[in-house]
Amino acid sequence: MRLITNIEDQKTMTGNAFVCPIPLEQYPNVLLAHGGGGKLTHQLIEKMFLPEFSNSMLGARHDGAVFDLPASKLAFTTDSYVVQPLFFPGGDIGTLAVNGTVNDLAMCGARALYLSAGFILEEGLAMDTLWRVIRSMALAAAEAGVQLVTGDTKVVDRGKGDGVFINTAGIGLIESKAAVSPSSVQPGDAILLSGDIGRHGIAIMAVRQGLEFESTIASDCAPLSGIVMSLLASGIAVHCLRDLTRGGLASALVEIAETARLHFEIEEAAIPVIEEVQGACEILGFDPLYVANEGRFVAFVAPREAERALEQLRAHPLGAQARIIGTVRDDNPGLVTMRSRIGATRIVDMISGEQLPRIC
Amino acid sequence: MRFIDEYRDERAARHYSHALGRITRKPWTIMEVCGGQTHSIVKFGVDELLPPAVTLVHGPGCPVCVTPVELIEKAMEIASLPNVMFCSFGDMLRVPGISRDLLAVKADGGDVRIVYSPLDALRLAMDNPEREVVFFAVGFETTAPANAMAVFQASQRGVHNFSLLVSHVLVPPAMEAILSSPENRVQGFLAAGHVCAVMGYTEYEPIALKHHVPIVVTGFEPLDILQGIYMCVRQLEQGRAEVENQYSRSVRREGNLPAQKLIRQIFRVVPRKWRGVGEIPQSGLGLQEAYAEFDAETRFGVAHHTADEPEECISGLILQGIKKPHECPAFGARCTPEHPLGATMVSSEGACAAYYQYRRPKNHDR
Amino acid sequence: MCLAVPGKIVSIEGTDPIFRCGKVNFGGIVKQINLAYVPEAKIGDYVLVHVGFAISTVDEAEAQQVFEYLRQMGELAELEEKQ
Repeated sequence: MRLITNIEDQKTMTGNAFVCPIPLEQYPNVLLAHGGGGKLTHQLIEKMFLPEFSNSMLGARHDGAVFDLPASKLAFTTDSYVVQPLFFPGGDIGTLAVNGTVNDLAMCGARALYLSAGFILEEGLAMDTLWRVIRSMALAAAEAGVQLVTGDTKVVDRGKGDGVFINTAGIGLIESKAAVSPSSVQPGDAILLSGDIGRHGIAIMAVRQGLEFESTIASDCAPLSGIVMSLLASGIAVHCLRDLTRGGLASALVEIAETARLHFEIEEAAIPVIEEVQGACEILGFDPLYVANEGRFVAFVAPREAERALEQLRAHPLGAQARIIGTVRDDNPGLVTMRSRIGATRIVDMISGEQLPRIC
Repeated sequence: MRFIDEYRDERAARHYSHALGRITRKPWTIMEVCGGQTHSIVKFGVDELLPPAVTLVHGPGCPVCVTPVELIEKAMEIASLPNVMFCSFGDMLRVPGISRDLLAVKADGGDVRIVYSPLDALRLAMDNPEREVVFFAVGFETTAPANAMAVFQASQRGVHNFSLLVSHVLVPPAMEAILSSPENRVQGFLAAGHVCAVMGYTEYEPIALKHHVPIVVTGFEPLDILQGIYMCVRQLEQGRAEVENQYSRSVRREGNLPAQKLIRQIFRVVPRKWRGVGEIPQSGLGLQEAYAEFDAETRFGVAHHTADEPEECISGLILQGIKKPHECPAFGARCTPEHPLGATMVSSEGACAAYYQYRRPKNHDR
Repeated sequence: MCLAVPGKIVSIEGTDPIFRCGKVNFGGIVKQINLAYVPEAKIGDYVLVHVGFAISTVDEAEAQQVFEYLRQMGELAELEEKQ
C-alpha cells in the first residue's frame, strides 16, 4: 500500500473506492482478539493504523514516540469522544477526535504538533466502520497540520462499549508571549465570537432516531489552529480564548466568567444564528445558546483592539461571520447577562443536563 | 423566520411599552395561562417593559407541571416492564415522581424513548409488532388532536400493541377554579393562544361574563404578549370584561372544527387531579369506551399510588398565581432544577424553572 | 401544549383526509407533517405546527394587525397630544 504523504493524495483517495485494508471477507467485524496484543492486533496496526497516519515516529513501532522540541512553552491536553451517532452530516467521531484536541491546544495559544490516540472498540463493530473513522482522522490530521505519533487499541465485550470510544491527547507549542487564560481577562475587554452557533448540535439532532428532519446543516467541526495562530501572530492583545463545545456559547461564557470573577454582558441581536439552525431550534424548543458547536470560539481582547481583531478573524474563512458580541464588566463577578432582542436583560446560566426536545 | 422574527422587533416592543405606560392608571394583576407564554416572558424579559402598576402572574398552563405524581409513578412502572417501549415528549423525562424520574428508569435499563410526535410512537408500534409501545399522552387541548389522531390511526390500521397513558387537562375549568378561589387576585387573563387555535374561544365568553374579567386570546412572541397585555389593560381601565382575540393570525372564534370533531370522537371529559392544586371536576380528557383498548392504565393494570408533595413545595400556590417563585423560601436553595421539590421547577415551562434560569440573582452557590 | 411553529407547506401527499400529510419548511428545515386538520391548506400556505400536526393556518393579512394596531395607537397618541 502506498504511503499517503500529502493532503491532495488523501483527498483524491477518498473520492475513489478506497478499500478497507483488512480483508473484510475474513474479518468483517472487530473481534476481542483484535485487542489482545497478538496477531490480529498486529494486523490492525500494520494494515490500518500505520499506513494512514504514516510518520517516522509511528513507523518506529516503539512503545512511545520520541522527539525533540524547541525550547518553548508547551501546552498539553486530552479529551475523549463518545458521540452517537458515529457519523453525522459534516463529520464523524474521528474528525471530532482530532479537531477537538487540536482546538483545545489552540485555545491555550498553542500550535498542535503531535497527537496520541487511544481506541476502545466494541466487539462486533463493523471493520468497515473503523476504517472510515481512521480515514477521517487521517484527513483531519493532515488538514490540521498535526501528526498522530502514538496510539493504543483495546477491544471490550459486546455490549460494554458504544461502537467506538476515542481518546486523543495533544502537545502543542505556544508561540506567542501573551498569557492566554481566563485570569487574563480584564474589565472593559471586548468579547468576540468567531461565527454562527448551533450547527453541530442540530446536525446531530437531524439524524437522531425519532427526531429526523431534512436539513442541509452540517456540523461546523473544523480545526481552529490556523485562525487562532493568525490572530495571535497579528500582535493583538488576546487575553482569553475558549472553543465552544457541548453546552454551547452559554456554558463557555459562564465557565470563564466564574473563573475570571467578572461580569459578561452580551447582546442577543449580535449573536449570529443561521436560519436553518433557528428553524430546528424553534421546532424542538431549543435555545441556540446551549446547542453544541465544534468549530467556533470566543476571544477576549483589549477594547482598543476589538475592531482590528474582528477584521483579523473575518479575513480567515472560518471567521467570516465573526462578531463582537459583548463586553466585560467588573460588577457582579461570575455573572453572564444578555440584552434580549427586545431590549430587556436576562441572566445566562448553565443548564443542568442536555436540552431535551419539548412540546410545551 | 417568517411569522416569528417580526414579532421580536425591538422598536415595536418599545412602542407597545410606551403605549401601555400611557393607558395604565391603576394597578392591575393579569395572569398568562400558558407555560409557553411564561417562558417567552421571562426569556425575552417582556415584564421589564411593563409599567410597574401591571403585575403578571403565571398560570397553571404547564401540562407537565400539573401531571399528578401518581401518574408519573404509573408511567415509570410501565416503562420498567421488560417488553415495553415507553415513548414520551422530552418535557416529561425529568419530572420527578416520588423519588425518581423517567430518565432514571432509562438509566436502569428501561426502554424509554423521546419522540417528537405521537405518530412517531405509532410508527414504532407498527415497526415492532412484538413489543408493547406506550405513549405518554400529556398536554392541554393543543396536543389532543395529535393524540386523538394517533389512536384513530391505530384503530383504523388495527395496531394492537399500541396504547396511551393519558394525562390531558383542559384550560377553562382551571381558569374557573382560579377565579372561584377566595384567594384569587387575578383581574384579567391572557388566554393560551395555541389551545384556542384548536378549541376556539367561545368557552371563555361565559367565564368573562360570570366573573367580570377580560380575557384576551394571546400568542407567544414578545409583541403578541405585549399587545395582549395592552388589550387587557385597556379593557380593565375601561371597565369592560370581554373576550378579545390578539392572536388573530392563527386563531378563529370557532377554532379548528375537524380537530374538535376527532377529539370528541376519541376522548371524553373526565375529572382530573392537578399536581399541586388538587382535583378539578370536568377538567381532563380520557379515552372513550370505544377506544378503551388503547388505554395503557387498564392494559397494564398498574397499581394505584398516592403521593404527597414535599411539604415545603408551594407549586400549587405558584400555579394559581398566588405566589411567585422567588417568594418561596426553598427557591434556589433547597429547590433547584438539579434537585426539584415540585414540578414547577422541573419543566422548563414551570414558573420556578423559568425564574431560576433567567432571573435568579447569582448566589455563587456552586 | 404551547410550542407551535409556523412553517410553509412545500408539498402535499395523500388524498385520504385523515392520512393527508406534507412537507413543511421551517426556515430551511423540512419535516413531514400531518395536514388532516387543515383540509383547506394548499402548497405555499403557512400553517401552525405542533407535535407533527398542522393545527391552524396562518392568515397572512391578519398577521399584520399587530403592527396595524401599533400604527393606529401611534396616530391616536399624536392626536391626544395635540389636543
